[in-house]
Amino acid sequence: MTDKLSPLIETIDLKKNFNDLQVLKGINEKIYKGEVVCIIGPSGGGKSTFLRCLNMLEEPTSGEVYFEGEKLDPKSTNIDIHRQKIGMVFQQFNVFPHLTVMENITLAPTLEKKVPLEDARKKAMELLKQVGLEDKANEYPRKLSGGQKQRLAIIRAMAMEPDVMLFDEPTSALDPEMVKGVLEVIRKLTDSGMTCVIVTHEMGFAREVADRVLFIDEGIVMEEGTPKELFENPKNERTKEFLSQVL
Amino acid sequence: MGPSITDVFKEYWPIFLKGTIGTLRYAFIAVAGGSILGAFVAFAHLSKNKIISAISSGYANILRGTPLLVQMYIAYFFLPLVVPFLNNVDKEVYVLIALTLNSSAYVSEIIRGGIKSVDIGQSEAARSLGMSASHTMTKIILPQAIKNILPALANEYIAMIKETSLAGTFMLYELMYTRTILANKYLSWQPLFIIAAIYLILTVILTSLVKLLERRLSVSD
Repeated sequence: MTDKLSPLIETIDLKKNFNDLQVLKGINEKIYKGEVVCIIGPSGGGKSTFLRCLNMLEEPTSGEVYFEGEKLDPKSTNIDIHRQKIGMVFQQFNVFPHLTVMENITLAPTLEKKVPLEDARKKAMELLKQVGLEDKANEYPRKLSGGQKQRLAIIRAMAMEPDVMLFDEPTSALDPEMVKGVLEVIRKLTDSGMTCVIVTHEMGFAREVADRVLFIDEGIVMEEGTPKELFENPKNERTKEFLSQVL
Repeated sequence: MGPSITDVFKEYWPIFLKGTIGTLRYAFIAVAGGSILGAFVAFAHLSKNKIISAISSGYANILRGTPLLVQMYIAYFFLPLVVPFLNNVDKEVYVLIALTLNSSAYVSEIIRGGIKSVDIGQSEAARSLGMSASHTMTKIILPQAIKNILPALANEYIAMIKETSLAGTFMLYELMYTRTILANKYLSWQPLFIIAAIYLILTVILTSLVKLLERRLSVSD
């Protein structure tokens, strides 16, 4: 297992091209256990691509990603085992519409980790209670609001008992009144000590929960620091410009 | 003019019934066989291996880009020459092979389209949970794709009911073949209207059943 000294996730000179467009131009980052890292930056700057490279949903063009000391290889069958420990939450929720709320949560643990169905259901019920969805267990996702879908997506990932959670703009597709509920669930997670990497446009939230903030633009980490350093005293011109537009 | 349409139908309805059953049967065999074969072709087409993908898309393009009647003739006259054991089987097998291959090309496009219609986010979510590629396909993608695939498959069956009329050319006992039988009894025009009416009734009934199926399937969205 990792400790404070060795990073949970490490990227080395991570580069990603989409055809002729270089989206990531070499990112070296270390994310440690228990850390909450928020990633901010303008659209198209590469922050989502960076996040998606961390679990190999996006295959890097060059460079490496290490997870718990092991190099991730999207072509090896091992990648599934690693992904089971890297939870991911998407902007568009991506809940499974043909499965009930309960089945959404229990499918992967029973299928891939051979958790007995009874245990998986018990665990799912606990998680549902934590996010206030216990009365929706047997509904299909179409009956849920956007905020409820996103909370379901979060606990679906949690049911795999991951070592880190990746959030890709988890509130960007939500109606404004739904944002708070989802952020509260994420905050509970960060408070519990879960390692989280969060791509977000919610600056107030990033400021509150992050141990460290990365400003990614033009495919590189332009600036990073504690929320206090980055939000109150940004040094990079691009960071200043970006923050003046969003704050 | 000869006898009326109703008189002809009253006299010869068992022939038309047998022809109708033949038509439904051939269409069913073609689409059922075509579905199994078409599924393989579809998965091959979706394969990351470029050669496999190109072969299967070429297969579908050839079968969709040439007339079924030509394919039937090739199956009828050429297959027995190159596949010796087919010499001993009933002639209807050649025609059925052509129908099945032809159907598989259309079905493969239906299945491929159905799979591609499922949002990419669904497979990304499944893979990010650590689900294997095969579980992602069988538990997440296919159950959602089937909603688009089933009605289209039923429509393919309806189209095939009309296509099988070509099988009469090769003396297979289906609806169109009843014309040949009754032409020998100097009934030149009456059977044609009866045959057309039966095709129409079959397709109208089946089309409304497909609409019903589509409504049922969309309820769960």
